[in-house]
Amino acid sequence: MEVTEAVAIDHGLKKEEFSKICELMKRTPNLTELAIFSAMWNEHCSYKSSRKHLKKMHTKGKQVIQGPGENAGVIDIGGDDAIVFKIESHNHPSFIEPYQGAATGVGGIMRDVFTMGARPIANLNSIHFGSPQHKKTRNLLRGVVKGIGGYGNCIGVPTIAGQTTFDESYNGNILVNAMTLGLVNKNKIFYSKAAGLDKPVIYVGSKTGRDGIHGASMASATFDDKIEEKKPTVQVGDPFTEKLLLEACLELMADKSIIAIQDMGAAGLTSSSVEMASKGNLGIELNLSEVPCREEKMTPYEIMLSESQERMLIVLEKGKEEHAKKIFDKWNLDFAVIGKTTNSKKIELIFDNKKVAEIPIDLLAENAPVYDRPWKKTKLPQKLKFNKDEFKSLKLSNCLKKILSNSNISDKKWIWDQYDHTVMGDTIQKPGGDAGVVRVHGTDKAVAASVDSSALYCFSHPLTGGKQIVCESYRNLISVGAKPIAITNCLNFGNPEKEKNMGEFVECVEGITEASKYLDFPVVSGNVSFYNETKDKGIKPTPTIGGVGLISDYQQMLTMDFKTEGNLVYVIGKTDGHLDQSIFARELLNEKKGPPPTVNLFNEKNIGETLLDLSRKNLIVSCHDVSLGGILTAVSKMCIKGKKGIKINSLKGLTNKYEYFFGEDQARYIVEIPRASLKKVIEILNKYSVHFDDLGIIDGNSIKYNDDINLPIEELADAHKYWLKKYMDS
Amino acid sequence: MRSSVIIFPGSNCDRDMDVALKKFGFKNQMVWHNDQSIPKSDLIVLPGGFSYGDYLRCGSIASKSKIIKSVINFANSGGLVLGICNGFQILTETGLLKGILQQNKFLNFICSNVFVKVKDKQNKYFKDLKKDVLELHIAHNEGNYFCSNDELKSLEDNNQIAVTYCGEDGTENETTNPNGAIKNIAGIFNNNKNVLGMMPHPERMIDKYLSGEDGSLFFKNILDNFK
Repeated sequence: MEVTEAVAIDHGLKKEEFSKICELMKRTPNLTELAIFSAMWNEHCSYKSSRKHLKKMHTKGKQVIQGPGENAGVIDIGGDDAIVFKIESHNHPSFIEPYQGAATGVGGIMRDVFTMGARPIANLNSIHFGSPQHKKTRNLLRGVVKGIGGYGNCIGVPTIAGQTTFDESYNGNILVNAMTLGLVNKNKIFYSKAAGLDKPVIYVGSKTGRDGIHGASMASATFDDKIEEKKPTVQVGDPFTEKLLLEACLELMADKSIIAIQDMGAAGLTSSSVEMASKGNLGIELNLSEVPCREEKMTPYEIMLSESQERMLIVLEKGKEEHAKKIFDKWNLDFAVIGKTTNSKKIELIFDNKKVAEIPIDLLAENAPVYDRPWKKTKLPQKLKFNKDEFKSLKLSNCLKKILSNSNISDKKWIWDQYDHTVMGDTIQKPGGDAGVVRVHGTDKAVAASVDSSALYCFSHPLTGGKQIVCESYRNLISVGAKPIAITNCLNFGNPEKEKNMGEFVECVEGITEASKYLDFPVVSGNVSFYNETKDKGIKPTPTIGGVGLISDYQQMLTMDFKTEGNLVYVIGKTDGHLDQSIFARELLNEKKGPPPTVNLFNEKNIGETLLDLSRKNLIVSCHDVSLGGILTAVSKMCIKGKKGIKINSLKGLTNKYEYFFGEDQARYIVEIPRASLKKVIEILNKYSVHFDDLGIIDGNSIKYNDDINLPIEELADAHKYWLKKYMDS
Repeated sequence: MRSSVIIFPGSNCDRDMDVALKKFGFKNQMVWHNDQSIPKSDLIVLPGGFSYGDYLRCGSIASKSKIIKSVINFANSGGLVLGICNGFQILTETGLLKGILQQNKFLNFICSNVFVKVKDKQNKYFKDLKKDVLELHIAHNEGNYFCSNDELKSLEDNNQIAVTYCGEDGTENETTNPNGAIKNIAGIFNNNKNVLGMMPHPERMIDKYLSGEDGSLFFKNILDNFK
């Protein structure tokens, strides 16, 4: 086929990009070369719209061993232990084919982690669907959950936490973000930078098939009516092979045979070989006839673009080929020497003894386009003036039940029952808490992790929303007694070529950066997913933050369930009663305008550190952060989990009870304090000048507040626990 | 007491089982599926996971693996063989245990704590166990035990039903049956009661920070009965 501008555009390249390629190459590329450019220059691989802004992120810290730019980030957790972690999107494929899309999302992120020499110890996911009423939602949800479970359960890595939301803006573009944490000896971390000339390049894992061709380009475009035609771009997962690949790679990593290793993810063999060579400032020569293929007569074009799963590319020390082959033979995996490193600084492809492509590496990597796209600021919406007289017709207890059964608040047990969350025998906090917690095997340490996003806040005011999610993640870790260490982010946005969407991205990143800097909660890895748009309708901006924290003695972990009758319940942090953008405003007043709650970073940090101090001194016995739905929602969850009631004290003075109970002000927690500790707790709170309210006392089997609320916990539990199950069964 | 845990490609509870056995004082060794023989053992464990991917019927390929002949010989000579989850599925596929494990009734994978009632204590696993109801943990997609009426009758007549799903108080009915297993069956013995297959994972319940501690009782009891 002759390569023309039209062919380039078919490959997702822009007209100007094609002329730039011809200019840089000083000739028209052949079809294979064009395919390689299209794979490397698309949004998904090149970060061409986001790069400029991502550079500003806060990525350094005392405990950061590896920040963004590698397969995953790495943090030091003391001793020889380090945690490798990253979150990644698999949005586009999951909408086209939910089971395989989600499954391969999980597989891909686990490979990113074990590529670095780490054994995966926990999976998390953040999944977002359209309105529950939308005809596709139920099947998409079912498929995604089955896909995530099908892959993670088979590999034998526990899925310890997650987040699920519903919003009509995801009707045409669901979001599937998967996160993995792995444990590695910090002296034995593997990187993707090739080094040394004439070193063998090894292909291991599954054979290459015709699946997933153009996957990365597909994920760099918006959807239209012809979405069904894109099914072949979705990869097919084989968790069994991944399990073998994991064990084989870790076995080979036990000695010093590997120079560099990179998994074949988006854009498969193309991006893995180019990235390894580029990082090592080397050239690479690949003989594509040696690549193990699943199907006959695959062309160089197909081999280079295939996104078949469960494959790795390794640059090996010379002379170690036999040793490595033995290990991969033991695990019944393909092993082939397919090339070598060179000093040409080019990627050179040989097929049937002929050279079929030759491109200088820097044209694909450093010279890839970078765009400074125009963007528009989002103004802070005016604060609403609620007519508080109108509230009076709303019964507090009815409001509470309605909020607890709201699709975004209700219990997600139906989902996580389908994920193996206890395999590996170290899960000490299961899904459903503020964060999942796994022990660091064989030590007293435990690692906590949480995934969070707040699309409604980010949509209303991206700058505040960006800050808020980082704080929310911080609070979730503090709530289980963990010291927050670092985050990974998955930035899901609409079409960056639209000023509004680009502005949402820029300002969310700004918010994330500001908060992560202030809280010393650096970003160590992440990915960007643009073009979450169907027929001109984009998603609400949904940056997802995956936070990781450390509990140095796992016996000090906290949970949210109320423990003992007679203990006191305090709200830590000040409540102003911010109802704009709250679930209360949406669900009960049908009011969607107004700004999100203000984020005060000083308070977040000060209160967070105070809470950690309290938990280290064993002065509080349960803890839960106050987020969506406000104080009453948070307290109800603590009651339901602990199967205990609470008697709430009368509010002081002129406080409006609706604002107090349902306001979504930030930087707040609810804690349970044994009476014997109260004096000390108050001393510490005063020392740090932290505001607190004496909310009530754990008592009986119902929630009681004056004459307004008297709800048995069982009734609340019914409202909270079964919405999703009923929805899925209906 | 010496134990061996067999690792099939795709096993994923092998390490958990190793940790649990060693915690309670077993001298445990790991055995690779391609090995010809099993080191001298008093107990052989087939762990949970997805042996060979379980893309065919669960456990069917493992039941034809190289090592399995040694397991069958060991069982036939009276040695203790314990199959947990995928291990139970493998044991039914080898014919050492009767019946089959079908997909769960509600077609979903289930990961959850369950209670099981110990139905027979005249065996080396449960003899003198202090409790009648244990809280254990299940994590499976194909745990719905089924067998023919004749097989069921012979299981019942010979007291070969080992554990059944129940409520905290021991009630066995449809609501305490998580996967649709016939007669709430969670685990069974062979004729001589030296081979035990069960879906619940005792190795995930071995300290109070995990889902519970009743798994500890199970392992300790095997050791006590061996002494």
